[in-house]
Amino acid sequence: MTQRKFQKTPVKMVPAPSYGILPERDVGERPVLETRNLGIDFGGLRAVEDFNLVIGKTEIAGLIGPNGAGKTTVFNLLTKVYQPTMGTVLINGRDTAGMNTVQANKLGIARTFQNIRLFGNMSVEDNVRIGLHNQIGYSTVSGILRLPSFWKGERAQHERALDLLSIFDMQDLAGHQAGSLPYGAQRRLEIVRALATNPSLLLLDEPAAGMNPHETEELMENIAKIRDKFKIAILLIEHDMNLVMGICEGICVLNYGRIIAKGTAEEIQNNPVVIEAYLGKQKEG
Amino acid sequence: MMKYKKPSRNFVTYAGVILIFLICELALSGMIDGFKMSRSLKGQLVPICVYIVMAVSLNLTVGISGELSLGHAGFMSVGAFTGVLVSQYLLFAFPDVNLETIRLIAALAAGGLFAGIAGVLIGIPVLRLRGDYLAIVTLAFGEIIRNLINCIYFSVEGIALNFGFLDPNLPGKMIINGPMGATGIKKLATFEVGFVLVMITLVVVLNLINSRSGRAIMAIRDNRIAAESVGLNVTKYRMLAFVVSAALAGMAGALYGLNFSQIQAVKFKFDTSILVLVFVVLGGIGNIRGSVIAATVLTVLPEMLRQFGDYRMLIYAIVLILVMLAGNNPFIKNTLDSFKAKVFKKSAKEGDQA
Ligand SMILES: Nc1ncnc2c1ncn2[C@@H]1O[C@H](COP(=O)(O)OP(=O)(O)OP(=O)(O)O)[C@@H](O)[C@H]1O
Ligand SMILES: [Mg+2]
Repeated sequence: MTQRKFQKTPVKMVPAPSYGILPERDVGERPVLETRNLGIDFGGLRAVEDFNLVIGKTEIAGLIGPNGAGKTTVFNLLTKVYQPTMGTVLINGRDTAGMNTVQANKLGIARTFQNIRLFGNMSVEDNVRIGLHNQIGYSTVSGILRLPSFWKGERAQHERALDLLSIFDMQDLAGHQAGSLPYGAQRRLEIVRALATNPSLLLLDEPAAGMNPHETEELMENIAKIRDKFKIAILLIEHDMNLVMGICEGICVLNYGRIIAKGTAEEIQNNPVVIEAYLGKQKEG
Repeated sequence: MMKYKKPSRNFVTYAGVILIFLICELALSGMIDGFKMSRSLKGQLVPICVYIVMAVSLNLTVGISGELSLGHAGFMSVGAFTGVLVSQYLLFAFPDVNLETIRLIAALAAGGLFAGIAGVLIGIPVLRLRGDYLAIVTLAFGEIIRNLINCIYFSVEGIALNFGFLDPNLPGKMIINGPMGATGIKKLATFEVGFVLVMITLVVVLNLINSRSGRAIMAIRDNRIAAESVGLNVTKYRMLAFVVSAALAGMAGALYGLNFSQIQAVKFKFDTSILVLVFVVLGGIGNIRGSVIAATVLTVLPEMLRQFGDYRMLIYAIVLILVMLAGNNPFIKNTLDSFKAKVFKKSAKEGDQA
């Protein structure tokens, strides 16, 4: 079996205090995310089963696997887009049974989408402001009557939105229509919008898809930067192995809906089962 | 990249409406020789205001919230009959007091309130649906409301208000008389009140759109799944748009009811809902100013076309088709856009620096 070495892009990172994916290490305080035997059936198809994952407070974790393995389905389970047929999801220690997407977000989970879902007709700034909806508020009535709380809230939203956009140097695009941005910028905007909801766990579904190598490298640095700045955990799905191996402290490999391996980048790269199921094939394909 | 158009050129809309109002007032006063309004046009002034409010409020549901509602006339009829009931009751119960203004305000408020309540009641089942299903069910509810009103009887005796369902034998003076509707209404609607109602509607709708709640409504329209993922309460904001829209239609209905000496529920049939929808579509879905213009022009047009006699409705239909085609023609659209761009270039630049 051929071993594949991934070139590590030099990204300066503060080491995370806790590593949930790696079983031998302590998760520290209460983990941000914990799943127990999570699973879902679609009719006859068992898309995900026995999915156990713990993510520590400021961990960057990766979820990889071949196409159709069930990665996006896991995200949809975590964010309560789908209700699980089996198992439980705990966010910040709270059981999410029976909750919907909105409640999951309020518990601290935010996400981006594999097929971008921006509010395309609205401005870049307004997209971020919608992310801030539950963070900076005022009542509908004061909005209609333009009471002082309206002006105060609008100003605060505006400033916070520009502040968040500046993570990706996008503040100059604030007035542009979101749908007309180039692909890479749309993906970055989705991240900003998710961050605006003040999550403790950020789920990124293929954030580098459609980006050029230069953009991908920038994205890697920014993901690490976001973790350090906001002190949040990040779980990302990605097919770009440079990115995954470069920034993920723990990696979880999914195949046919089941976890086939967990470990550090190095362990995963040298795991024969993973190479057989995914990494080896990737090289040929 | 396309520069995002700031939606805050609302002052043009306000200024336009105020200007037209002043011109109409000038024509009504007859101060300038030769500048006078025809009798038939005078009769159209209140209906124009009513239809502007109807179109703008429907645009909130259809354009801003993205739900195709075909039952808007139903809310109008709730407002109309509530408004007439309140106004007539006050008239008969307290005949000695001269309360015209209070009666009018009470009628408009009650019309808005009850149409808003109807909006909540209908919204609960209807907003579970989407797209075509929602359209069909709103249509059905519009018809149900109309048929219910046909069964309702109200009379006033002293200061007591009597109510009967399918029971016309009530003591005292009838205010609402089942299928015969309300008769002997004391007309209270004036063009000035209509203008005020139009302004209130514009302020409510435009300020709502340009606020946190309005952005939430539009975000849910644009991408429901993404909206939920950032924690927007989808049901709440769809309901908000639906109920505000219904309440405004109710106020328009109250004004409409008080503009005639009698009204019947037949006046609020399905075709009225469609007529208002035509205003919204022609004025541009989501375009509030467009709704104002379309409602005005298309309400006045049939009157203007009276001289063509039998061909009146034919020409009306042809105008509709032409406007529709012109609006969708890419060449005309581009020409208009570039013209607009030139006109607004200066103000846009100033806006950027601010
Ligand atoms: N709503 C659904 N109904 C039925 N089957 C579904 C549904 N969602 C996903 N699936 C199936 O579940 C499996 C996993 O899909 P998923 O989208 O999670 O894969 P993925 O790992 O994200 O793949 P990719 O790398 O291509 O994005 C696929 O076989 C898919 O067809
Ligand atoms: Mg996927």
